[in-house]
Amino acid sequence: MQPVLKLENLSSFIGPFHIVQGVSLDVFPGEAVVILGRNGSGKTTTLRTIMGLLRVASGVIELAGETILGLPAHQVARRGVGYVPEDCIVFNFLTVKENLQIAMRKADKETYARQSYALDLFPDLKKAYSRYAATLSGGQRQMLAIARVLQNDNKIILIDEPSKGLAPIIVERVGEALIAMKNSCTLILVEQNFPLACAVGDRYYILNSGRSVHSGSVAELAQDVQLQNRFLSIGS
Amino acid sequence: MDTFIILLVNGLADASLIFLMAAGLSIILGMMGVLNFAHGTMFLWGGYTSVWIMARTGNFWLGALGAVAVGALMGLVFERLFIRPAYGKVTAQILITLGLMIVFTDLARLLWGATPLPALRPAVFDGMVALGGVRIAEYRIFLIVIGVLVAIGIHALINRTRIGMVMRAGVQSPEMVRALGIDISKYFTLVFAGGAALAALGGALYVPLVGSVWSGMGMENQILAFIVVVVGGMGSFIGTAAGSLLIGLMGTLVAWFFPPAAVVANVLLMAVVLVWKPAGLFGLEGK
Repeated sequence: MQPVLKLENLSSFIGPFHIVQGVSLDVFPGEAVVILGRNGSGKTTTLRTIMGLLRVASGVIELAGETILGLPAHQVARRGVGYVPEDCIVFNFLTVKENLQIAMRKADKETYARQSYALDLFPDLKKAYSRYAATLSGGQRQMLAIARVLQNDNKIILIDEPSKGLAPIIVERVGEALIAMKNSCTLILVEQNFPLACAVGDRYYILNSGRSVHSGSVAELAQDVQLQNRFLSIGS
Repeated sequence: MDTFIILLVNGLADASLIFLMAAGLSIILGMMGVLNFAHGTMFLWGGYTSVWIMARTGNFWLGALGAVAVGALMGLVFERLFIRPAYGKVTAQILITLGLMIVFTDLARLLWGATPLPALRPAVFDGMVALGGVRIAEYRIFLIVIGVLVAIGIHALINRTRIGMVMRAGVQSPEMVRALGIDISKYFTLVFAGGAALAALGGALYVPLVGSVWSGMGMENQILAFIVVVVGGMGSFIGTAAGSLLIGLMGTLVAWFFPPAAVVANVLLMAVVLVWKPAGLFGLEGK
């Protein structure tokens, strides 16, 4: 089966710093792949490189068999890559409605149907539809950032630490939404919250010092305390 | 009371002109992160273009229209050729835009000479009008009306159109706008050309007020526009409007009651705002 997204020996820089130094991974249709690793291991930078937000030094990025290496971010997005960035950047001076509008890549019936589904998934957004995003809570901002990508017909969605800075109850709701999303989307999830990563992910890749060093099934990793200790420092 | 009315009208007319120049500067700085020291050049060329066209056609409106077209064209060329390679490079932006300012100011001097050229007010607004017992120049009323109309137009553009939506989003995070599939560089060109056209319109409307056009007026007025952007907060439409009103009214009042402090007062106001609110009165924290 052809992967939706294929990275091979990906390498990229932030300014002069060589952050991603050899990441290889495959994501197949319908899968939720989690990228794990300690702080500074290159998880966020990998997502930003896929999105075309950083200069790529070398490697392969293929979306459904076509190379997207070196494309600017807006073209990567238009080819069907949805992106929910770290710190859930939503536009403060736009209302919830406008935040959704600006992200719509098409204004057809299907897109509005997906928007409706996203709003059903996050009823809070329906209530706050006409409010400026600046007035939303951290959890609502995260919901909006996710809803924004859900309304488009994406081949894959990249989600960067959706639980960061959120209260446990909100993390639970975001987790439920991510699990619901799995039915209709292919996902890459970067997540430090290990229980959430396990709840959502099918397979995992572990990054260490900018390299993908281990991969396998999330169910196996959840049982393997030794591996968790070795790469993630979270085993008991 | 008479003095108050005269000062109010003069201050509002000045504020209108400052607003025309500062509006583009603010959005260019806020959205594109470009420190544009060449903005005054558009004001200057707007002034010269309008006077040049009016001298040939006798038509003020054609002169103003020509100024807007020249400003927009200069903005388009500047952005495409000189600004685009310098996005994110503040030092390069300062050097490039200062260089453009110097070159295009000298070019204006070469084309139109170093001696100030006379600029006439349009015949239709060349008279005086009675207001509360005092006689006010019609042209100043015209400037206030233009300022209000342009402000309403920009407000509608920002709040009621997709371009405005992208501008508001782009002021906060151009990168995120790109990641949503929007080619923001097209909007950058549009905003830069639009801002330049507004500055050129400001120049075209300014020269009949002071009665002449001269090669140093771009830099002189640009400083005021920068003060407005700092005071109001970069990228904020409300901030630019409020800053223009503050600087316009305060400048007129101080110049009337204590002329030696006219220039110092603006800088002092800027310093106070910077200490009190570093992002400006309506600016985004962290920008």
